[in-house]
Order: sequence, then C-alpha cells, then structure tokens
Amino acid sequence: MLSPVTLMVNGSPVAVPAGTTVAVAVVAAGQACRTSVSGEPRGPLCGMGTCFECRVAINGKPHCRSCQILCEPGMEVRTD
Amino acid sequence: MAAAVRAAECGVRVGIVDDNASLGGQIWRSGSEGGQPKEAVGWAERLRTAGVTALCSMRIFDQPEATVLLAEGTDDVHELRCENLVLATGARERFLPFPGWTLPNVMGAGGLQAMVKCGLPMRGKRVVVAGTGPLLLAVAACLRQHGAEIPLICEQASWGNLARFSLSLLGQSLLGPYGKLIQGLRLTAELGGTPFAANSWPLAAHGRQTLESVTVSRGGKSETIRCDYLACGFHLVSNIELPLLLGCQIQNGCVQVDDLQRTTVPKVLCAGEPTGIGGVELSIVEGQIAGLAAAGRATEARKLFGERERARRFASILDRTFRLRPELTSLPAPETIVCRCEDVPYSRLRQHTSWRAAKLHTRCGMGPCQGRVCGPATQFLLKWNPASVRPPIFPARVESLAAFADGPAPEHNQVTGGI
Amino acid sequence: MSSAASSGAYDVAVVGAGIVGAACACEFARRGLRVVVVDTEVVGGGATAAGMGHIVAMDDSEAQFALTRYSQQLWQELRAELPEDVEYEQCGTIWVAADEQEMAEVWRKWDYYRERGVPVEVLDGQSLKRLEPNLRDGMAGGLLVKEDAVLYPPCAARFLMDRAQKNGATLRLGASVAEIGQGRVRLADGLKGDALKDDALEIARLEISAQIIVNATGAGAADLTPGIEIKKRKGHLVITDRYPGFLRHQLVELGYLKSAHSVSSYSVAFNVQPRPTGQVLIGSSRQYGAEHKEVDHGILMRMLQRARQYMPGLGPKSALRTWTGFRAATPDKLPLIGPWPGDKSVFLATGHEGLGITASLGTARILVDQITGVRPAIPIEPYLPSRAAKEHVHA
Repeated sequence: MLSPVTLMVNGSPVAVPAGTTVAVAVVAAGQACRTSVSGEPRGPLCGMGTCFECRVAINGKPHCRSCQILCEPGMEVRTD
Repeated sequence: MAAAVRAAECGVRVGIVDDNASLGGQIWRSGSEGGQPKEAVGWAERLRTAGVTALCSMRIFDQPEATVLLAEGTDDVHELRCENLVLATGARERFLPFPGWTLPNVMGAGGLQAMVKCGLPMRGKRVVVAGTGPLLLAVAACLRQHGAEIPLICEQASWGNLARFSLSLLGQSLLGPYGKLIQGLRLTAELGGTPFAANSWPLAAHGRQTLESVTVSRGGKSETIRCDYLACGFHLVSNIELPLLLGCQIQNGCVQVDDLQRTTVPKVLCAGEPTGIGGVELSIVEGQIAGLAAAGRATEARKLFGERERARRFASILDRTFRLRPELTSLPAPETIVCRCEDVPYSRLRQHTSWRAAKLHTRCGMGPCQGRVCGPATQFLLKWNPASVRPPIFPARVESLAAFADGPAPEHNQVTGGI
Repeated sequence: MSSAASSGAYDVAVVGAGIVGAACACEFARRGLRVVVVDTEVVGGGATAAGMGHIVAMDDSEAQFALTRYSQQLWQELRAELPEDVEYEQCGTIWVAADEQEMAEVWRKWDYYRERGVPVEVLDGQSLKRLEPNLRDGMAGGLLVKEDAVLYPPCAARFLMDRAQKNGATLRLGASVAEIGQGRVRLADGLKGDALKDDALEIARLEISAQIIVNATGAGAADLTPGIEIKKRKGHLVITDRYPGFLRHQLVELGYLKSAHSVSSYSVAFNVQPRPTGQVLIGSSRQYGAEHKEVDHGILMRMLQRARQYMPGLGPKSALRTWTGFRAATPDKLPLIGPWPGDKSVFLATGHEGLGITASLGTARILVDQITGVRPAIPIEPYLPSRAAKEHVHA
C-alpha cells in the first residue's frame, strides 16, 4: 500500500493517494483549476492533456497541464 | 504498442513515443486506480521483452526535415531520427457546446473516466452521463464500479439505430470483449436500474461556481437532474495533426492508407483511430499490420487482413449508429462560449463565413488547444473546414523551438532507430 | 448608392481589403465617393494578419519619418473610437542598445526625434532594467519612444472597413481579380460569398467599372500591375501563452535597422511585443527570394535564439503558434502611393515593407488628397510611383 502524498493547493494542505494527478487533487479539493479570459472558473474537460483547461501553476511554473502531472510531496499548486 | 511489438519482434530497432507518463494511451490508461486490462498488460510485457525503447512524457511538435522529428520532454528536447514511422496518434473526444458546458465538473465522458483512474473519488457522487457512442456505456460501468450513482445515461442516437447496432453485434460474433461488454452492460443497465435514454441529449448545465444540475431533453420533454458531475462526450475525433504536418493525404478527417497501412508519404504508416474511428480491436490489428509492414514483412502482415476486415465491420456500424443528429446544432445559445481558450461566444463566430476568418477576427482557435476543442465543434455547428497545420503542432517551449539552431542535436538528445 | 449598384459603376475600386485597402476605402467613403472593395477571402487576411501591429515613428529617412509620424498621429486621433478587439495600446517602443556603439545610435535617434517633436527619453542601463526587468543584464541602455503603440491588425482593418461601409462603401469578398486597368476590374471567376446577398445583376457581373482603381494588394501587387518593383520579403513570428507582466513595451534591438537594410538572403533581429492578453509576440526575420509560406526552421530557430539572448526568460515560455507573412519591399524602401504612370485609371497604395500597419492611415489620406485635389499634410513626391517608372517613361 503506497503512502499518501501531501501537497499544497492554494496554501492549504491536501492529502491524496500516491499516483494521483494534480488535476484530481485540485478537483477533489473543490477548487477550480484556472480562471478563463473572461473570468469564469474552469476545471479539467478532456482529462488527457489536449484541452488545456486544467492548467495550474506548480512550484511557481505557470501553465502546467495538471491532468498529466502526478502529485509529489511538498508540491505548491496555485490556481489564482 | 501493437505496431512496436510486431516490428521489434522482427529484429528491427524500435522506439515508441508517448506524451503520457506511461504507455497505453487512453483506452489502456494506467493510473493510481490501476487496472489495465489483461490484454494491455500482455502487450506491455511483449514490448519490454522485445527491447522497444519507450520514450514517455515526450511530445512531438515539429518535423524540421524528412526523417527528423522534434520531441519535447518535461525538461528537455530531443531529435528523433528514424527510417520508418508509424503514426498511432489515436483520437480525442468531440465536445459540443451548450449553455453551462464550461462549468467546472462538466467533463468529457472519457475525460471523467481518466480522472477517476487517476484517483478522483466517486463514492456517493451523482454523475449524469451524456453524449453519444459506446464510450458512454464503458464510462458508466467504470463510474458505477467506483461507487458513483448514475441518475441517467443520455444517448443522442435513436432507439432504432441502437437496436440495429446491438443486433449487428449479436449477429457477427464480434471480437470479444467490446461486443460482449456492450451487450452485457445493456442488460446490467436494465437490470441494475441505471436509467438509459436514447433520443436524449443535454440542454444546459447549471450551477454557480461548479455544476449543480443538468437539464436534458428526453422524449421531447426537458428534465432537470441534480448531479455532481456531467460526463459528456460526443464520440471521437481522429488526432490527425501530426499526419497533416508530415503531409499525409487526409480525407473526411481521416488519414488515407493502403492495405498495408501506408500513407501517401513514403516510409510513413498510420494505424488506429487516425485512419478512421473503429475501436480497440481494429486499432490492435491495424497496428500489427503497420508494424510488420514497416519492418518489411508484408507477407506476414497480409495474414492479418481477415482479422482487420472483421474488425472494420464494427467500425462502420459505429459510424452509422452514432452519427450526430441535426438538433444538436441548436444546442448553443448566442452567448454560449465555443472557444474556451479565448472565450469566444457563438454569436461572434456566426458573423463569419470561414474558420480562417473567424480565427483572425475573434481569435477562436488561437489558444493553447490549437483548435482541438473548438475545431470539431465549429465543423459540426457551422460546417467550416479546418485549416492546415503549422508547427508546433502542440505548444512547446520557446527554447525547444529554438533548439538545434546551430546544427544537429548533441549525442544525448538524439534517438535513432529503424522505426 | 443604389445607382452605383444598378449601373455597376463606382468612382473607386480598391483591390485588396488589407489594412491599407481598408484605410483607403474608409477615406474615399468619408469624402463621399462611391467605393467598392474587392478581396478573395477575408478582410485583413494577408500581410495584415501576419504582421506585428506595431505603430512606430521610423527615422530611416525623412520621407519615412514624415509618413510614419503623420500616420501615427492619425491613429492617436482615432484611438477613442477603436473597439476593444482592436487592442490599441500606447505601450511605447524601447530601442535597445547592447553596447556603447549602439548607445551612440540611441543619442543620434534622440536628437533626431526631439528635433521633430517626438517625445523621447534616453535610458541608461539601470533605468532600462527597471522598465524591463526581464532583459538580460549588461545592456547599455535604450531609447524610449512613448507615443509608439501596438494594435491587433485584422480587427483594425475590419473596423476601417466597417466604417467605410457605413459611409456607403461596398465590400466584395470571395472575388479573385484577374486584371485591372483602363477603368475596369476584371474578376477571375465571378462573385462568391458575401456578394451573393446582393442583386442578381451584380452577381452576373464579372467586371467592375471605376474611374479610379487602387492596387492595394501588397506583396503581390506586381501581378496586377506589371512593372511595379516589389519583392516579397518573408518574415516569421511566434506567439506565446499568457504571461502578464513579463514585457511592458515593444522592444527592438538597434541591430533591427541592419536587418531591415540587409541585402543578403536573410537576417534576424530581436523584436518583441506585449499583447494586452499577456501573450508575447516574438519576431523578426527577413528573407529575400522565399516564395513558399511554410516555416523555414533554420530561420525560425535563429530568430528565437536571438530573442533568448536578449530575454533569457523567454526560453521556458510556452510557444503556441508560429506563422509567416510576406512584406512588400521596394528598392528604395519607401511605399508607392499615387498614380501609376502606365495607366490613367490605376493608382498604387502598396510597398510598405514592415510599416504597413503604421502607415495605412497616412497612406489613405495622402492618396485621397491627391485624387480629390486637397493639399496633403506631407510632401508626396518621395512616394510617387512615377519616381520608379521614370526610366520606363523616358525609354
């Protein structure tokens, strides 16, 4: 049994099973991944890295497609 | 995978590139919730044994010259040189816009399934599954397995089409798992009490910050259903960007191939969904034919023609059964956003007579998805023809586009192979 | 208006609905002339769509300065009326000096602009870094030209065309022009598209009569008016995803001028622009002799390498699209605006190289001034097509 991973989503700690993607962590925490050009909250649509709706900033790097990135301990994810 | 295995087992040096962290694509996606089907595990094992070089988390974005492909990894960029190329770029879901479709927790059917496989909790959640295609049933089954409650499955195809579909499955002892799955699931759905409606489609999604309910059209009436997620996809669209970039001839959105899966570009073959949406079994046999053909084993490849023929019948049935009905063109309201990257509403798009004109004047299609979401939608809604592709066929870092400006890649960034 | 439609005759036919053609149509219509504009597919779809949308006062020559500065001021006057999608932004240009030699050029420009009333400010290395923190360290300084601006050209062309139509101009898209001259525009394959909305008489018409025909077709102008000395000068551009705050001004290296003047087969220069969305537009490149519109990888790579040298932070940025375009280049680097000596009915409004967006409004003014007998605000001699055709006339 793999131990859970704890990462920070918008400053709050979130614990997820190992092998969970960042997109899942954000959605499960009830947050939107990004805000659209006209101010709408958005979450993942395609789940396979082609729609770009799941983009978040990970460890300071913007525009990361979170549905294709696995959660790592201590990761800092920001959706603002 | 099938192509790589068959080619490698002939003794050819093979490399396989995939933008996911592990091989398997969408159908054979492995996640934290594990559970790749046995068949997938089998092919993966053969791949390893045959010594195929797996290049994961790598995205091909350009072809600067024939036989050279540029691929971007998480932190680096690679030059891939090969003599023969087999394209197996698969397909993605078709999304059609309707009011509220941009709300968080409205996802594709395959999209939600992918999320669930990667750990999204479903226990106790209510999920409406809508759209069209056999994928809906497979997704519903997966969601139920993970504890979701499914108030309704809305399939836009007519009962007549579906009945004919089921009959053909029964009638042609079709390739194992898929056919049986569909039959089995219909029974389970009826027995298990999962309501299934044909002639049914979503009209609107509602909610303030996230999805709270969905209104669907059912039997000519509208019905609003409270739910946590909407898994909505309208069948599949072939990923033909890379074949287009390479100059392959395309017809009706599919890559043209001969009976050995060869495209119109020498030494470039194509297998699976890009040659026409046809399902897993067809992809596997086409992949094998392509792999063998690329390895110069045409005779062995021909032995699989019969199997491919049988699988093709399923594919053509698919096409007919799940054709999109015209009512779906009136789903979006004028203010419904069609281009999600640039937030372009339907009303602005309708002012233009071509994809290019709309792109230039509204920026629809100029966002990071490069028209992968809004392209198929506008093609269906407005009958626009998509434009040609330019590199990068997937967003890539400036430094990746600039790499090798001063000559070929350094040794460690080069991958050379027979295929 | 309706008389023009039924008789098929117009005062003016503008061939080319790019920004120059649209500006001309707008100006003609404003002065009450009956105008028709003809183009193949979409307004602003040629070089207009490919360019950087940089509105800049250029000091290459007196004539170039006069036209660009005049035009720039016309854009300023128009700014309040420009809709949001034109994205007009007076962000200013900074001409970047990498070393002391280029800094000397900064001072020369400062002097030149100041003498002519253009607000400019010299920046030392420190001030430059403060204004643009993402430029690499060690720059000598730069020249800030505050009134330079940027906009999104296809929508600007659309705005001008809409305005022209509101003043009675007719737009014919889906028409391919085979020949112009002697008061006639002959269409290749009839009228399609938008034209189908008009009356049957127009649809059948494969010819448009107009006393004045304006060739505003850019890089391909010589196809319709043989003898024009225009060469295609290909350029590449790249646009990134949104990174708000990364870049504030249009930045151009002083080596840009060397690039624009180069007669070798190709050159690249550092030239970047902030879009209001936060996307960064990266240019620029110039090639002679390239006819195909596909991306030339070697040139694209070198252009991006150059950009990274000036702004290392560009490297990790996500690039969404690349494209190419063809500038219309003339031998003396000045546009052709005015009557064509070879045909009394033909006028030219083309050859703007990389300054088409800037000079469009000024071009339209001085062209229409010439035709309507109004004294133009700037001398027109340097742009007259007859300057080039002099040898032809005397031969």
